[in-house]
Amino acid sequence: MTDDEIRKLVFDILGGIAPEADFDLLDEDEELREALDIDSMDFLNFITGLHQATGVDIPENDYARLSTLTDIVAYLRQKGA
Amino acid sequence: MSDFTMPSLGADMESGKLVEWLVKPGDTVSKGDIVAVVETHKGAIDVEIFEEATVSELCAGEGETVKVGGLLARLQTTGDASPPSAPPMPEATATEAESRAPKKSGPEAAAPRPAFQIERTGRKKVSPAARRLAAELGIDPESLTGTGIDGSVSFADVELARAGAPTPKAAAAPVRRGGFDPAEMRRAIAAAMTRSKREIPHYYLSNTVDMTASLGWLSRYNEGRPPTERMLAATLLLKATALALRKAPQLNGFWQDDAFRPAEGIHIGWAISLRGGGLVSPAIHDVDTLALPELMARLRDLVARARSGGLRSSELMDATITVTSLGERGADSVTGVIYPPQVAIIGFGRIRERPWVADGAVQPRQLIDVSLAADHRASDGHAGGRLLSTIETLLLEPDEL
Repeated sequence: MTDDEIRKLVFDILGGIAPEADFDLLDEDEELREALDIDSMDFLNFITGLHQATGVDIPENDYARLSTLTDIVAYLRQKGA
Repeated sequence: MSDFTMPSLGADMESGKLVEWLVKPGDTVSKGDIVAVVETHKGAIDVEIFEEATVSELCAGEGETVKVGGLLARLQTTGDASPPSAPPMPEATATEAESRAPKKSGPEAAAPRPAFQIERTGRKKVSPAARRLAAELGIDPESLTGTGIDGSVSFADVELARAGAPTPKAAAAPVRRGGFDPAEMRRAIAAAMTRSKREIPHYYLSNTVDMTASLGWLSRYNEGRPPTERMLAATLLLKATALALRKAPQLNGFWQDDAFRPAEGIHIGWAISLRGGGLVSPAIHDVDTLALPELMARLRDLVARARSGGLRSSELMDATITVTSLGERGADSVTGVIYPPQVAIIGFGRIRERPWVADGAVQPRQLIDVSLAADHRASDGHAGGRLLSTIETLLLEPDEL
């Protein structure tokens, strides 16, 4: 996937979780959970969505590496998505 | 013959709007079937039926607002099926609604109301909540444009009129499934919490619990499992609470008619905050009997339905206690307000690494503050303290959950 495809995927999944969010206003280096008020259930659903769409296994220990949009793109690229 | 009436989906509900019938006359229904969708301040709720029967007549039309206890349909009961067991809430709520309404004479207070017709004056329909608010504000509700799905004047229309905003044109938004009216929900929370603080003599206790063992267990469980099968710490908190409640029946049940009524099962209302404000605490039934993975699946499903619509009436009617967990981005501790007629609420703060003394040394540990707010009419601090202590013991031994 290209960086843009990953971004689009992230926004699609987050759009289902935080329908009111305006992603145009989201800073790529902003902490996503804080910016979008995402709780642990929402985050697990987000990880589930990423896993199902990319096939990448995202162990719990790696959650800390997925805090911003920039992080997520880099992480998924590194894992071969 | 029996009457199927508007259920009370919580102590704070006075009426609901029938959005859609899912059955028609002649259909046979069985216990647990979803027969209608009702719009309340908690969003669109799937209403279940509690008996085996054949639908003889639909008495309320789609779009009609019906008071709690008002007639929705007539049923022909099959054979001599046992009468529907009335869930505990409705009577209490009827009494409450009655006490807030202009006072009439006593005897009818607990009785189900006769068939209810939407309040009409002239040709304009006005919902009861809207009529009440309009009366408070001195506004003539019939001068307003109704935006309810049947063109009735809704609470929101009156709110708009108060704000001085022009009322939107009548064509108006269809009910979004799962959508809830934040103003209505705010008002309902205000009513329930005011009643709680006015009537319930709360007492409060709290403990700090070392979650290191539980989190270690959880992380080993989740390792190697795909995200769909992973569990959250909330599952352990819920299960420990439910098992501890088995030994504390005075904290699981209802305060009704000046007496405590212990509940049959342990149905935990899980407080879920909704985007856009407000919260709802639907029940997970018989939590003490569920294996952890099953409990996690229920929790996941419940949160999804609370946020997108499709909660079932039974889930809003029969919670026997509430648990509120602030989650990992919440505050360190919470002292709850009891949701009447329940008699206790348990609160979990954020799990956070803090200093803790163990084996004679200060060590960093993952700690959580667990609190109990309980109704002093139903129990004493001693029982409450034992409950918290049992929860702690269980969380220290996660293998036992």
